[in-house]
Amino acid sequence: MGTAQIALLKVLTPRREISRGLGLSAGALIAGLIFLFWCVLTYGGLVDTTFCPPPHRVLLALWKVLADGSLFKHAWSSLVVINLGFFLSSLIAIPLGIMMGSFRIVAAALDPVVNFIRYLPVTSMIPLLILWIGIGLEEKVAVIFIGTFFQQIVMFADVSAQVPDELFNAGYTLGASRRQVVMKVLLPATLPGVMDVLRVTMGWAWTYLVVAELVASNSGLGYMSMQAMRGLHADLIFVAILVIGFLGMVTDQIFKWIKAVWLPWAGQR
Amino acid sequence: MGEVSIERVGLSFKSRKGDDVVALNNLSLHIPDKQFAVIVGPSGCGKSSLLDIIAGLKEPTGGQCKLDGQVINGPGPERGMVFQNYSLFPWLTVLKNVEFGLSLKNVAPSERIERARFYVNAVGLNGFENSYPKQLSGGMKQRVAIARSLANDPKILLMDEPFGALDSQTRTVMQELLLGVWEKNQKTVLFVTHDIDEALFLGEKVYVMSARPGRIIDTLSVDFPHPRNYDMLTSPPCLELKRRIHHNLHTEVHKAMAAAAA
Repeated sequence: MGTAQIALLKVLTPRREISRGLGLSAGALIAGLIFLFWCVLTYGGLVDTTFCPPPHRVLLALWKVLADGSLFKHAWSSLVVINLGFFLSSLIAIPLGIMMGSFRIVAAALDPVVNFIRYLPVTSMIPLLILWIGIGLEEKVAVIFIGTFFQQIVMFADVSAQVPDELFNAGYTLGASRRQVVMKVLLPATLPGVMDVLRVTMGWAWTYLVVAELVASNSGLGYMSMQAMRGLHADLIFVAILVIGFLGMVTDQIFKWIKAVWLPWAGQR
Repeated sequence: MGEVSIERVGLSFKSRKGDDVVALNNLSLHIPDKQFAVIVGPSGCGKSSLLDIIAGLKEPTGGQCKLDGQVINGPGPERGMVFQNYSLFPWLTVLKNVEFGLSLKNVAPSERIERARFYVNAVGLNGFENSYPKQLSGGMKQRVAIARSLANDPKILLMDEPFGALDSQTRTVMQELLLGVWEKNQKTVLFVTHDIDEALFLGEKVYVMSARPGRIIDTLSVDFPHPRNYDMLTSPPCLELKRRIHHNLHTEVHKAMAAAAA
């Protein structure tokens, strides 16, 4: 077997590590291919550029909304809404979910309601929310809150339920009271799981945000997109999508970074 | 003092199928102060449940346990426990884990650290004070668990197959280490295992437990002087004890399997 063949077999072995350089090149290759495909479609005249603009027009549109400040205004509006909704939801869902996962009585009390609402698409409630609180900030925050909260609480409960019995028992036999077991054992034990759930649900919160802004809004990236559609500015829609993707990616990295710095002990037990 | 009386303790519960399962039946045992007592029994005989009852983590459905004449109801720091695994607090360093019990008692930080360091050294982990559990091997984790229990200065140390998850070489080293620690600060130890060699090497008294429902069916005195050497396990008197335990357990295991099949 030649060395090239051996190298190929190594790459095709499940779970086998690859070099950093190879990993980065693979990522760049896929991204590059997609970009190339976009170029071929648009510059090659294969699609109507009114509906699918070429890269340089998207860049120009980006430049325009950056220069006139409208991108910043809409992005800021979206960020305020998502962070507010997400923060409020997490603030209540974390303690409630942790209790739900470790106190049978809390689980018994909340399970029926939570599991019913959890399967209701939050979008089905938007008309009602608009009737009640209009289309301003409060309505969009409410959409994110409802969409996120009932998912989060179940996931936090799961994190809490996964804390091994041995940790509780170790606490008790070292002299901890019930209260101390909750504060000094259960809570710290859930931290890595809580961070992971926050990271995952933040991604979902972006979806609810955009839905809320598309349906009824007068600001935000979703609204910007909707306005662009009405004026047939597909390039602006592309800008909005790219910016949402970019902000989501940055948020994800921030969560990862916080976990690595704040919880260096997390990992296998 | 650390004298344990187990008085006619019973434990039964309903199985998932709804049958009544008797895990422990009328079990009585007296463990005098400072004894290294080992309970050896087949898997599922209820020996861990007995330990949980003494620790106060489980309530017996009959009888009672006493420590120095006081009836046990609920867990307490005077009964330290070392679990098989997963019991270290992963968010605390080795030193902070060992300090945990003392911090609950509001012992002054300087004294707390001093005592924790003493026990970290006693189990040979100096240099690892600031490591997190995930950075330690299985044997090292169990050393921390032992140090953490000892730092609390319990009257009795309950050990639930603490070396069961370790490889056999590490297990031997840990047994020697535990004996060394016990020789230096004599405490009552109640150690549960299914490993006959481990029982004989560690125990002054070895109590053999039957298959479910668990009872004590034999008591052996292991009259070998301390400090002990692992060679004692191949000496004729020890082999005779081993043969006796083996015979008893073998009969019990067959009973258990027959009961499970029925």
